[in-house]
Amino acid sequence: MESNSETKQHSLLSSESGIQRTQYPYVTGSSVVALKYKDGILMAADMGGSYGSTLRYKSVERIKPVGKHSLIGASGEISDFQEIMRYLDEQVLNDHMWDDGNSLGPKEIHSYLTRVMYNRRNKFDPLWNTLILGGVKKGQKFLGMVTMIGVNFEENHIATGFGNHMAQPILRAEWHENLTFEEGVALLEKCMRVLLYRDRSAVNKFQIAKITEEGVTISQPYALKTFWGFQAFENPTAGAEGSW
Amino acid sequence: MESHKESEINGPHSMGTTIIGVTYNGGVVLGADSRTSTGVYVANRASDKITQLTDNVYLCRSGSAADSQTVSDYVRYFLHQHTIQLGQPATVKVAANLVRLLSYNNKNMLQTGMIIGGWDKYDGGKIYGVPLGGTLLELPFTLGGSGSSYLYGFFDQAWKEGMTQEEAEQLVVKAVSLAIARDGASGGVVRTVTINSEGVTRKYYPEDKLPRWHEELEPQNSLLDILSSSSPEPMIS
Repeated sequence: MESNSETKQHSLLSSESGIQRTQYPYVTGSSVVALKYKDGILMAADMGGSYGSTLRYKSVERIKPVGKHSLIGASGEISDFQEIMRYLDEQVLNDHMWDDGNSLGPKEIHSYLTRVMYNRRNKFDPLWNTLILGGVKKGQKFLGMVTMIGVNFEENHIATGFGNHMAQPILRAEWHENLTFEEGVALLEKCMRVLLYRDRSAVNKFQIAKITEEGVTISQPYALKTFWGFQAFENPTAGAEGSW
Repeated sequence: MESHKESEINGPHSMGTTIIGVTYNGGVVLGADSRTSTGVYVANRASDKITQLTDNVYLCRSGSAADSQTVSDYVRYFLHQHTIQLGQPATVKVAANLVRLLSYNNKNMLQTGMIIGGWDKYDGGKIYGVPLGGTLLELPFTLGGSGSSYLYGFFDQAWKEGMTQEEAEQLVVKAVSLAIARDGASGGVVRTVTINSEGVTRKYYPEDKLPRWHEELEPQNSLLDILSSSSPEPMIS
């Protein structure tokens, strides 16, 4: 599909054999968390690009707008996310050139991404990402996920990677229909803070993105305060010397 | 053991070199060490890892020498044609994107991380990093190669936005020198290339021009000089 035509066009720029195998991720993004709220979708991610265990890049934007109606957040290999953005920008451009008053909505983008990811998986050459796609079109809210093996689903609240383990329990307990913007942000920040405590590849620099019928807003980067003021933290071995 | 071997194969490979690219108020400074090693042997102790792509864009190479040289050869070739067709000097962004294209589309075969730096009339001085995998990142400064591990802390403390050319060059030289002190795969001399609106300047810093760090001594010609110059107790019995 996509990569076949790519390798034919750029034969000088990529290997002639065209046989690729499952690769390894090098520069990776950590969790993305998203939820539906009253007016649309809220999505949060940190700005870290890890290189193995090194927190190498700390200003990587992992949430991007797609067309007029969608937001995409990615975890996993950053170079593959950049390539996916190129594919999506091409789709959006072609859609715009029809000049027919229609525009790609989140459902369509999600479906397109699912096909791309699944077909790459079938060739044993995956795009090493887990993607969250959120958007609003004609009043209809959409939130879905696609993984590197092509698993896809829609839900009211979604998280990737570590977020599945740390953030989802919080979301299951505290999410409800018609959250206000403030409630949604507070809930996402609660999730991001927990990830900051417990995910070693998390970085304290976040962006929260919002998409509503009106459009996309991605916040400026900001950091969260963390709490360390427990007596037990100050004196963890009191009463049990040698313990931790 | 098994799991140890696994992580060596799968994890990001450190690459024998220190390379740095830094923007300053008016241009960019690229820096590198000069050691090329094959295993434990130093094959070339005076290599030039800062390669020219065009008059105004240079590339710092790390990792496999063969891979990085081939990528730079292809990109130079494409940029040459692009310049002819465009009718004016290529931009740093275009050069960086060509490096990314090759790096990304051959990610399974290439083992090279690169730093692109240059100056053009549209965006001024720019630094782009293309690490393993073919991610493209435009950054105020970036580090690469195995020696870079020792410099993240240093840069967190020493880096400032809007430095002068002097400050930027001094920072780069100090940093490469510090990395050489601790990274066995980095060594030799420090080379810098400064690119701005006025053009390109290459500088060369052999050992005597670099500072001494912890537990390093000033190099002497011979013990005999030390003995003859100093008085009592020169030899410890």
